Amino acid sequence: MGGFRTLLFKEVLRFWKVSFQTVLAPLVSTLLYLLVFAQVMADHAEIYPGVPYAAFLIPGLVMMAMLQNAFANSSSSLVQSKVTGNLVFVLLTPLSHGEFYWAYVLASVIRGALVGLVVFLSAWGFVAIPVREPFWALLFGVLATVMAGTLGVLAGIWAEKFDQMAAWQNFVVLPLTFLSGAFYTLHSLPPFWEALSRFNPFFYAIDGFRYGFLGSSDVSPWQSLLIVGGTCFALSWTTLALLRKGWRLRT
Amino acid sequence: MSAAIEIRGAEKHFGPLHALKAVDLTVEAGEFFALLGPNGAGKTTLINLLAGLSRPDGGSLKVMGYDVARDYRQARRNLGVVPQELVFDPFFTVRETLEIQSGYFGLRRNDDWIDDLLHNLQLSDKAQANMRALSGGMKRRVLIAQALVHRPPVIVLDEPTAGVDVALRQSLWKFIQRLNREGHTILLTTHYLEEAETLCRRVAILRQGQIVADDTTENLLRSSTSGKLEDVFVSLMRDQDVAAEA
Repeated sequence: MGGFRTLLFKEVLRFWKVSFQTVLAPLVSTLLYLLVFAQVMADHAEIYPGVPYAAFLIPGLVMMAMLQNAFANSSSSLVQSKVTGNLVFVLLTPLSHGEFYWAYVLASVIRGALVGLVVFLSAWGFVAIPVREPFWALLFGVLATVMAGTLGVLAGIWAEKFDQMAAWQNFVVLPLTFLSGAFYTLHSLPPFWEALSRFNPFFYAIDGFRYGFLGSSDVSPWQSLLIVGGTCFALSWTTLALLRKGWRLRT
Repeated sequence: MSAAIEIRGAEKHFGPLHALKAVDLTVEAGEFFALLGPNGAGKTTLINLLAGLSRPDGGSLKVMGYDVARDYRQARRNLGVVPQELVFDPFFTVRETLEIQSGYFGLRRNDDWIDDLLHNLQLSDKAQANMRALSGGMKRRVLIAQALVHRPPVIVLDEPTAGVDVALRQSLWKFIQRLNREGHTILLTTHYLEEAETLCRRVAILRQGQIVADDTTENLLRSSTSGKLEDVFVSLMRDQDVAAEA
């Protein structure tokens, strides 16, 4: 237990020491999205009755920032440790593969939650956002960051070079987060893109999270819960199985 | 009492390369033991198997009687490894690095031992310095401190004095000898054969993944006309080359 707590503490300390880059930078970029989109779309018809576009947009942006930062935390830490070779200090310890996994994932959850909270509180200054179903918001916040943090661990143990990690960021995470309904409702898309979006677990994370704030969503929060929970389980199971084998870590 | 290190039939392949061929090796508790061999002989591979950084294709490896695969937690608690590469985490200071490493082993109140390590490795004035700010020699000393932070009974030093100046090398050996006198088992790999000759009571030599010599330093030196380990080493390498050609 002691080793697990230390690895978790180390991973949190690692991003906290560069919080200018890991917390403040996502805040700035998210607020820029908010300023630009909320301004451009101010006169756009209401997506849900009685909900201004900015109030629709903010939960999506908060969740997008949480997903991206949860992924970035575990993936960048692991790939940096592998490239510089200092992962050996963790691998030489009595930590089990489960402790290793949860320490990296929980640090991702903490960073994702911190970024989400900072973005949400800052956005509050622009538009008052209702929080109608706080339990659902919290549940999707935790599940989504576990999902993205796990994806980050998977990418981190697979990648051996920084450009391989950049490929994950640019060709997997970025499309999944941008084509997830953060900026729009699924029903506004052409049929092909709407159907494709229904295969994107990030869409369900954002839609369920938005339900927690607005009490309205594109699909039932229960359906979103099933898909996000199922994705979390499948990714965690796969990652734990690979860590148990020592895949790409213990040659 | 169990041997400090017990390796039986260790096998390792990397693709077509047969890196370790049924290696048997026993290091008794309290020994100062040298594992020698030319580059690529398999020394680091064997150490990696022992440390759990690599998985064997066959055979068994034990540290203080604990199997490195089955009882990996106990085996790793009993083992401290100084890696060959000069690796460090650039996010932390020297003290943070040691506190974190200590915490991985569940030791949360270890300040006295950390202070002792910093003092003995002449790092006390660098405790608050970031790892990036240290010279190569200092980083090497931090690596040694990291390996010792959980007070393991078995210490493996993989070329610890590579790139270290003479004065520091001497102080380092004094410290390691003190640890050995206090009961720690030391397994050393080095290319400085005079260090192995002076410090180690027993020597094993690896060549192309096989143990080609395993005896006391005294007996090995006796087998050479010059009485130097370097000549024993060169002669063994030459004999093996001749055998391979024949």
